[in-house]
Parts: sequence; C-alpha cells; structure tokens
Amino acid sequence: MSTAVTRPPAASEETSGRGTGGASLVQRLFAVREFGILAALLLLVVVTVVVQPRFLSQQNIRDLLLSASILTVLAAGQTMVIITRNVDLSVGSTLGLSAYATGTLLATQPGTPVLLALLVGMAVGAVAGLVNGVIVAVAKVPSLVVTLGTLYVFRGLDALWASTSGRLQINAADLPTGFKSLGTARLLGIPVLFLVAVLVVLVVGYYLRSYRSGREMYGIGSDPEAARLSGIPVGRRVLTAFVVNGALAGLAGVLYAARFQTLDATAGSGYELTVVAAAVVGGVAIFGGSGSVVGAALGALLLTTIGTALPQLGIDPFWRNAAVGALIIAAIALDRVLALRLAGRLRRRSSRGH
Amino acid sequence: MAIETIAPPAEDQAPPRTLSDRMRLLGTGDGVITLVLVAFVLVASLAVEGFATARNTGFLLLDVVVIVLIALPLTMVIITGEIDLSVASTVGLTGAVMGQLWIAGLPLELIVPLCLLLGAVLGAVNGLLVTRLGLPSLAVTIGTLALYRGLAFVVLGDQAVADFPRAWTSWAISTIGDTGIPVAVVPLAVLVLVFGVVLHATPIGRSLYAIGNSEDAARFSGIDVARTKFWLFVVTGVIAALGGIYWTLRYGSARADNATGLELQVVAAILLGGVSIFGGRGGMVGVLAGALLLGAVRNALRLASVPADVLNIVTGVLLIAAVVAPQVTAWVRRRAAARSRSA
Repeated sequence: MSTAVTRPPAASEETSGRGTGGASLVQRLFAVREFGILAALLLLVVVTVVVQPRFLSQQNIRDLLLSASILTVLAAGQTMVIITRNVDLSVGSTLGLSAYATGTLLATQPGTPVLLALLVGMAVGAVAGLVNGVIVAVAKVPSLVVTLGTLYVFRGLDALWASTSGRLQINAADLPTGFKSLGTARLLGIPVLFLVAVLVVLVVGYYLRSYRSGREMYGIGSDPEAARLSGIPVGRRVLTAFVVNGALAGLAGVLYAARFQTLDATAGSGYELTVVAAAVVGGVAIFGGSGSVVGAALGALLLTTIGTALPQLGIDPFWRNAAVGALIIAAIALDRVLALRLAGRLRRRSSRGH
Repeated sequence: MAIETIAPPAEDQAPPRTLSDRMRLLGTGDGVITLVLVAFVLVASLAVEGFATARNTGFLLLDVVVIVLIALPLTMVIITGEIDLSVASTVGLTGAVMGQLWIAGLPLELIVPLCLLLGAVLGAVNGLLVTRLGLPSLAVTIGTLALYRGLAFVVLGDQAVADFPRAWTSWAISTIGDTGIPVAVVPLAVLVLVFGVVLHATPIGRSLYAIGNSEDAARFSGIDVARTKFWLFVVTGVIAALGGIYWTLRYGSARADNATGLELQVVAAILLGGVSIFGGRGGMVGVLAGALLLGAVRNALRLASVPADVLNIVTGVLLIAAVVAPQVTAWVRRRAAARSRSA
C-alpha cells in the first residue's frame, strides 16, 4: 500500500569502490538513533526523579522492567516482520489467545511443567503466525489488511472459546504456584521475565545480524523485486518472519499469564499499536529494510517508562496513548529527514567523484 | 504496507463485446458483490426469522449509516493508493469534544460546526504529514489512530455525556413513517450521490484513478498530486467528524471509546466492494453493496442469535477473503492464459 513517494537510494548503490563511506555513515546514523532513544530515556528518568525521588526505588525499577519485558518480546518479533516490509497487527490478539490457552491448560492440568506450558503458548502463537504468513506470502496480499483481519478473527476465537468453555475468567487461584512464581521470580535481583526478554532480543538480534537468512530479510525489505531476482526465497523468508513473530507473541502471552494471573478474552487488546510504536520509535523503518532489535527494545523501554512516569509527574495517565501516537509520528518523520539528509550527502559525495 | 513494486496488471478496459466478456465484467468487484448481496438478502429473508421486517431493516440501516458515510471519502483515499486508519479515532475524538462542549453549555447549533472544523483540522494533520513530509499514510494514520484516540480520553476521560436534547437524539433514530427506513438515510443518500458523481463523472474523479494507477504519469499529465491527496484527507476528516456527531446522537451518549475498531469495518466494506488495496480500481456502487452486505451478514447472524464474538470472526474473514479473492482469480486467469499459449 501507499508506496513511499521517493525512497532514498540504497547506500550500497551509491558508494561504489569505496563501500566503507556509506556503510559507516549508515552505522553512525543507527548509533545516533539508539543513542537518541537512550538520551530521551535518561532525560525522562532524571526529570521524573527530580519531581518524585521515589521513582528510582528498587520496587519501581523492578515493576518497570517487568512491564517492559512483555512489550520487548513483542517488539523483537515485530521488528523482524517490519524489516521484511510487512506488519503484523494481530499480535495483541495472538497474545490474548496464547495467554488464554496457557491459562486453560494450567487450570485444567495443574501438574503441567512450566516449560511445557511455555512451549504450548509459543506453539499457539506460531500457528497464528503461520496463518498470517501463509496468506501474506502465498496470496501476495498486503500484510496490513490480512493482519487487520486476523486481529479480529483471533480475538473472536479467543472470546468464543472463553464464552463456550464456561471459563470467562481465569483467576490467580486457578493457576499452579510454580507457574505464578515465574511472574515474580528473580535472579540476582533482576526479574526473570526481563531476563527472558533480554535473551529473546539477543537471539533474534544475532540471527538478523549474522545469519544469511537474517541478512536476506533486510534485502527483501529494501527492495523485494531485487531480492527475488537475486534468488532470495522471498516467500519463505516472509513466512519465517511471521511464524517467529507469532511464536514470540505466544511467548509474550505466557509471560502475560504469569505476570497478571487474571486472564480473560480481552488480554492484550490494543497492544498492537504500542508494539508497532516501540519498533518504529526504536528506529525500525516502517518501509522495511533497516532497523535493529536492540533499538526496538529501547523503544519498548522508553514507551513503558513514559507510561509509568506520567502519573508520577502528576500528568493524567490518559495522555499515555496520545504520547504513543505522537511518538510514532515523530519517529517516522525523523527517519524521513535523516534518510533525505543521508541521500543528499551520498549524492554530493558521488558527484565530487573519488 | 507490503508495497507491491509491480502493480497488478490493469484489467482490459475495453467495452464488453461477447458474453464471456460480460461474465468477466461481473467478475470484477461491483458485479459480483451486488449479486452476492442480493443472494444473501434473499436467503436471509427466507432462512432467518424476523430478517425481512420493517423494524429489522431499520436496525440494519442504522448500523450501516456511519460505515457508508465514512466509506465515501475513504474509498477515494484508497483509490489514490493511500489509506486513513484514523477515521474511527476521529469519530471518538469529535464525539468527546462534542460532549465536553455540551457540558460547557454551548448550544448544539454551534457545537456541530465546531466539531466539523475539528475534523477538518485532524484530516489536515494527516494530509500535511503525508503530502508535505512524504511519509507513508499507513504509518502516519496508525500514529494518528493512537494520538486522536488518546486525545479523546484526555478530553473526556472515562465519563459519558448523555444529556443531549431529546429532539436531536430522537431525530437520529427516527424512521420515515412506518417503513423502518431511518430519516438519516435521506441526507446520507444525497452524500452518496455527490461522492459517486464526483468519483465517476468528473475530472476530479478521473484524476484520483490516475494517481492510483501511476503517480508519475498523473504528475506528468498536470495533476497536482500532493494537493489532491491533502484535500482528500481533509474531506475524510470532516466526514468522519460528521460520523462522530451522528454516532453520539444516535447512541445518545458521548464517550471517548465510541466507535473503537470501526476503521476495520469501513475498510472491510470498501475492499469487499471491489476496491483494490493497491489503488486505481473500484467504484462507489460496489462499496455501497459491500457495506450493505457486511451489515446484512452481521445483522442476520445476530438475529440467528450467533454470539457477538463470532460477528468479528466473520468480519475479519470477509476482509481477508476480499483481498485474497482477486489475487486468486488473477492467478487462475494467468494459468489459463499460459495454458492456451502453450497449447
């Protein structure tokens, strides 16, 4: 949909011969971008601490990391999908479905090992991702429309399941203690949920950076046609991105169940916007082809911090969603300006001749 | 997203000559969806108790009014190859502002134009971001979807304003005599005519298709693409605001979460109506049929006491089917062409 009007030329075509110039420029851009998010994060924390010194209490930081971990896992998967120039708007519903499935399993089979519950939740998500991926990759239709559709389909299935099983809500009392402790467990004082999120970021980030198929995802996002012509199996890579993203949304559902312990069919409603926002704010270009999981994770941390800092600053928490929207717009506008500037600089460099 | 660099091949636009050509014309959006609508209404009238009554027709049309209303400008936006996902949030925000101004004691005669003006501003923000900064409308309007909905909550919080004058709220649901047809359908029909004529019988409409088919070609033929798109977004904002005012009066209550998720139904209706998500193809007749079909399906399911959750499943499936079906038929046609070549 809505083709980018004039896409900046890819750096690689412009810097023939001295390939390092363009690459280091691009790298610097990303370094600047991630540094920028960190700076914003620090500024926000400092301001909040000045107003409310208790903001940096251990308990507060722990809560912040806990809240950020679910969003981070979702943002990591979404990054992979957006890099291939697609989007998955159904992740909130996938999370809900997986959380409810995990909760049902544990409520009916209290003896289920935590690891098995985790795998089941991920499998539910992977199947949802497979549905999205097959429709997008095989029928070659815009992922936006498909996942807007599956957002409602998955949520509807979730609600239908909850209303027909006679278990509209799963409460903390229904869940086994072992599983519930996952939500509060700590390792060296750090919440386990957050460690899981960090592990996801490291694994997905490493895959995208160092594996051939991961690099090919960037190629697909930069120019799908060129990728196809150069022999990259575009359909298979896009399918992979959707399945991985689905599995991670499933994992997020399990983490959600462990953390909140009260589940109904509305779990995760409206998450998709915040997830896309986290990725985009973190420097993942919405046209695909560039971005990093670390950036998306920082974006998730920033958005979560905004959510917890607003009430501390005496600002109506209703502003949070408005801030998310404004940040999405600011981030894509910033990307656009940076891309134009980069393209201009590269043009000047190549016109000087080297 | 998923920008297809290579647009699907345009249909042969020659007038239908043979029977098979006519059949093919039926196979492009408008014809098929109208047939499906007629067939569905017939089946539902026979199979679903209470479907074909004046009272139910009234309910069905009341539900479809706002969807058809917003689909009018949004169809044009999609034909130019852009999208606006912030329409439902505009409905919510204008409703919230309407409620807050009513609390402040302004008369509705003044509130209505103010809300329409607000809609124009909200649309202009989308338009400026898309045309001035060259940002993709998908990303921009996902952003304003969150921003406008957030602002609606900032304006009204989680309270509801429900003491609008009876004269206004009862007009919104009143019917023409005992036909069951809502009075609101009359001004809506006028708007449908206006938008339909502009799209199908004026140079403006032709320029929208031109932009959707090839922006460069449109630019070379002297169309001011940026200005056209900008005003389209403004008009979409105004119409969505009108939808917000009507929504508030119809339900007799202004709430910040009014019409949450409505953008899905509007987009589903448009795509069901045979408008191509890639831009450049589709028409108002099909969109009208698509909106009515979606409304009729949801209405009939509700009458058949299917749970509300299933309604959303059906809407989602119809939306996906609407984009997948043309791809499948194109593929089948390509296969047939390849086979006849090799024969």
